Parts: sequence; C-alpha cells; structure tokens
Amino acid sequence: MASSQASKKGRSDAPFADQYREWLQMMVLIRHFEEKAGEAYSLGQIGGFCHLYIGQEAVAVGTLAALRPDDYVVSAYREHGQALARGITPRAVMAELFGKATGCSHGKGGSMHLFDAERHFMGGHGIVGGQIPLGAGFAFAAQYRGTDQVSITYFGEAAANIGAFHETLNIAGLWKLPAIFVIENNGYGMGTAVKRAAAITELSTRAASYGMPGVKVDGQDVVAVKKATDAAVARARAGEGPTLMEIITFRYVGHSMSDAASGTYRSKEELEASRQRDPIVVLDSRMRELGMLDDAGRKAIDAAVDAQVADAVKFAEESPEPDPAELWTDVYAPEAH
Amino acid sequence: MANMTYRDALNAALREEMQRDENVFLMGEEVAEYDGAYKVSRGLLKEFGARRVVDTPIAELGFTGIGVGAAMVGLRPVIEMMTFNFALLAIDQIVNAAAKVRYMSGGQIGVPIVIRGPGGAALQLGAQHSQAFESWYAHIPGLKVVMPATPADAKGLLKASIRDDNPVIFIEGEMLYNLKGDVSDDPDLVIPLGKADIKRPGNDVTIICHSKTVAPALAAAKTLAEEGIDAEVIDLRTIRPLDTDTVLTSVRRTNRVVVAEEGWSFAGVGAQLVDLIQREAFDALDAPVLRVHQADVPMPYNKHLEKAAKADAPKIVAAVHHVCYKG
Repeated sequence: MASSQASKKGRSDAPFADQYREWLQMMVLIRHFEEKAGEAYSLGQIGGFCHLYIGQEAVAVGTLAALRPDDYVVSAYREHGQALARGITPRAVMAELFGKATGCSHGKGGSMHLFDAERHFMGGHGIVGGQIPLGAGFAFAAQYRGTDQVSITYFGEAAANIGAFHETLNIAGLWKLPAIFVIENNGYGMGTAVKRAAAITELSTRAASYGMPGVKVDGQDVVAVKKATDAAVARARAGEGPTLMEIITFRYVGHSMSDAASGTYRSKEELEASRQRDPIVVLDSRMRELGMLDDAGRKAIDAAVDAQVADAVKFAEESPEPDPAELWTDVYAPEAH
Repeated sequence: MANMTYRDALNAALREEMQRDENVFLMGEEVAEYDGAYKVSRGLLKEFGARRVVDTPIAELGFTGIGVGAAMVGLRPVIEMMTFNFALLAIDQIVNAAAKVRYMSGGQIGVPIVIRGPGGAALQLGAQHSQAFESWYAHIPGLKVVMPATPADAKGLLKASIRDDNPVIFIEGEMLYNLKGDVSDDPDLVIPLGKADIKRPGNDVTIICHSKTVAPALAAAKTLAEEGIDAEVIDLRTIRPLDTDTVLTSVRRTNRVVVAEEGWSFAGVGAQLVDLIQREAFDALDAPVLRVHQADVPMPYNKHLEKAAKADAPKIVAAVHHVCYKG
C-alpha cells in the first residue's frame, strides 16, 4: 500500500501548501455537499436513488488532481464527488439532484447521471460496470486521433466481478489504450463484502491477466492517491498503456439513502474503526504537522464551504423545473446538421 | 450505375464513407485480417490500415462499449456484429448507453454509431443463430433501426446511417448478401432514413414488409397478379423512425393490409403496424389486418420444420386471400 509518512516529508511537501489547501477544501466541500444532499433527500427535495460519497473523498480529489482539463472522466452512480472535483459547480450538481432545468444534465439525468461535456465529464452511469468500456472508448479515441489525452474510469470493487471489466481490460491491455481504471474499493458491493464476492480479493493483482500494472493505493490519503495517479497518467500519456488502480477506501454511509450505514452486513465497530482514517482528518493533520494549517485556516475553509453549499441548495430550490416540452427533446439529434 | 451484390454494395458504402470522413472506422470480429466473416469488409484493411479497420477479441460487450465511448467523443464508429444473435451480449451498451446518453446528458453528448451485421435466419443454423431482433431495438427510444432489402438500399441506407448523428442499428441478412442489383456509384447518393419504398405499386391490397420478407412479398404479388389481385408492396426500409405517411396513404387507397415480417409475432414490428393502422385508418379498412411471421417457436434445425416455421410467399398469398375474402 502506497502510504506516506508526513513527518519525514516535510521539506518535499512544503511547495505544495496551496495544492493541499485546495484538496482539503474540495474534500470538505464534497463532505458537506453530500451531508446536505442527504438532508434534502430526507426532505423529499431529491428523488429516486441517491448514493453518497462520504468517506471516499480523497479518491476523487487525488485522482482528478492528476488529470488535465482535456482528459476524459467517467464514473458510476456514486459520482457526486468526482463531478465536484472535476469542477462542475456545486450549484449545477445540486440543481441536477433536485431535477431542475439548471442542473448539469438539465434535470434529465439526476443523481446517477451527472454529465458535463465541456469538462469532459462523461457521466454517471447506473448499470454496474457499464461505464468501463465507455472509458476505454474515450482512450481509444485519443489513441486514434494521436492526442496525448487519457481517460479515467471509476467503478466500485463489485464491478470488477462483472463481464464488462474483463472484456474491457483485456482489450485495453492488448491495444495499450491510454486509460486509467480505478477500482474504488470501499469494501462492500451494496451489502456484499469483497470476500463474499471475489475469489481473489487482492483485486489489483488481476491486472497481471491484462498485461498492465496493478497498484494498490491508500484511498484515505489524498497525497498517496495523487502520486499513484500521476504515475498511471504519465504511463498512459507516454503510450505505454493502461493501469489498474485499486484504491482502498470506506463509505461512511449506507449504499444509498434507503439503508443504514451499519447493521445487517457490517457492524458498528467496523464502521467506527474505518472512521479513524477519515481522509479529511488525514490531510488536515498532515497540514497542521507541516505548519500549513491552523484552527483559523480550517475554520475559514469550513465557512467558505458552508456558504458554497448553502448557496447551491438555495440555487437548486429557486431554479425552475424543466419546461414540460423538454420531455420530448434530446431523444434524437436535431434534424438539421 | 453498376450491377453488384448486396455484400459489395455495403462494402462500397463503407469504403466511400471512410474515404469521405477520417472519423469513420470499422471495428469488430474478423473484420480486418480475415477480410470479414461474410466478406462485407473485404479489402478495407488493405486500403485503410489497421488503425481504421480494427479486429477485436470475441467480446461484443467490450468492443461495442468502446465504440459507444468513441462515438461519445466525436468519432463515428461502425461496429460489425458477426451476427445480431451475438449482439445480445452487447445489449446493455446499446440500450443503456448508446440509446440514452443524449437524453440523460440533457442533449450535451450524442452517440453517432452504427451497429451492423446480419440478422434473422439463414438455412438450418438452429435456434440460437436464427433470430430476428429488430422489434427489440425498435422498442427503444433513442435508437434508429434500418433494414435494407436490396443492394441499392443497402448502399444508400448504410451511407445515411454512418452520417446520422444517432445510434443506428443496421440489420442485414446472410441470405441477402449474394442478392444482385443495380447500385448507384454516386458517392453523394444517400437514401434518407425513415422513408419507406413502394417496391411494387398496386390498388387492391397493401403488403407491408421489410428486409428478407420483401422478396417473398414481391413473389406473392406476382402470383396474386395472375389471379387478378393487384398488390402494393411497401418495403419499410427503416423500422424506426417508421414512415407512417407512406403506410397510411397506401392503406387508405387499398383498404386491405397484410404485414409480413421475419420475426415472431408477439410484440413484433407487425403488431406496431396493426396498432398504427387501426388507430389512424380504422374507417378505411375493409378487413382485419393480417400478419405473416415466424411460427411462435424457437427455430428448429430440421429443414422441413424450418421451412414450416418461416414466413414465405405462399403464406403471404394465403393471408392476402383472407383479407380479400377470396379462396
């Protein structure tokens, strides 16, 4: 596991104070955004399925910090965190959760289908593993066009057991596609523990079957995530092919809004233990040790984020519903082209 | 104008569109070094190279999804299914990604992809290799479904499908590949999607058909003409969008209709046409609309049983007799 020892790295970390602050702020934003989304869901302001990212923030923030704006990003249905970390505004994401016309998918996607073509955020996809070949497709297009863009594809550890994973990684390895496949291993596919679903639970070792490196990363340490992603991105940009990253993380909430954080399939004790390595606390502590952050600094971050999230909720509440005529648009391309 | 096979017409369409647009590429099993399982892609590897004529592993879900992804970022993939029976393995990518991304993204991202290959039955291939799935795809908003019956239509419709900005399911026929006909060599000639073609004008009854039922419908019309029944044969060419105008105009004139299709009856293409006709042209009908289709069983291997299961000209003639209250 690629973890980092903050105290020994003081000197080398120092130039990164601004970056660390940015990452901390983004992780706190995601956390507060998701807490607010949970509340709004309970109030009936958000409908359907809603899968929160609480606990996994360092994965989105660390990986996306390694990408360029022209790279491609695709994820599954637990994608609010990646959408925010990719730079979609909290307003546009919250409005989408509320189903409003101002949402990043104009109210037609919802929590599981966040899109932003301009930011090359190619969706939230709702069928487990369905986005894996799409991510390889973006990488294929980059290779076809001879650009040095890369794609990053997120999926949960349970999606590593579905056929799309095998078919896609085999092709990606065979063709050396500039793709990064990220298994966000939060330990449970809904309520099924990894060990009850995978014959070999060290999922990163599967990369060997596909002729690509597999790396296991501490997903609660944003710095480690960024560093590991940098290596994968460099490899992809250099034309050396894809990388499989298994990023170990935890979700502090239920699978979706309809189940409890602990209970039938995992114990309260296990959940509490996982909270001991909260990604926000890990970076916060590291920054304090390095003298990059104090109470006032943290308070300023929290206040800024609170204001941002409150603004996003207000924006979503006040935004208009989609025009009823929108029901019929966007099924097919406009006729004239 | 050149006389060529349906296979070569498809080949010409691919070649012309690949010459015309650098974003067009062909991907699938055996399309490159083997020159195509049914030789539709013959010579394309030699002309365009391995970058644009891409052999894949046997992984329909994987390579179809890769094609959908490439289309989402602006390439125009043509994905070859060795047969549409195998496309079942890719149906999640077709239905959940290709057909829905434009809508789910609020119109931000389109999927200009063609998924093509032979569908339906050939001869004695058994239950798993003899299935007509057009009604499955036509059921899905966001998809277009195109099924040419002649070499000229094969070329013009494939070119239109490649230029279309939507996902197009383009279903050919193994039994059609050797069919010969006159084909335009004008590289700018495309046949617009959504336009049916009256393959034989007539006044007494309308036979609506597509793909492999066009030839038996025309054969039936010939037999019927000898009996004094003048049948109009409408080849739908595109299942979705459906050319309702051509169908209804004909029905209002002939007042009698038979719908012939290769697939099963339940929730089939013919069921959709019956719905359309009873709703929009109820008063024009002089008889209930009848359907000719595959027997509602998996396709048997035995050749006599297979023949009994398939829609054919005698069955169309019998249905026409019925709607004309003759015989």
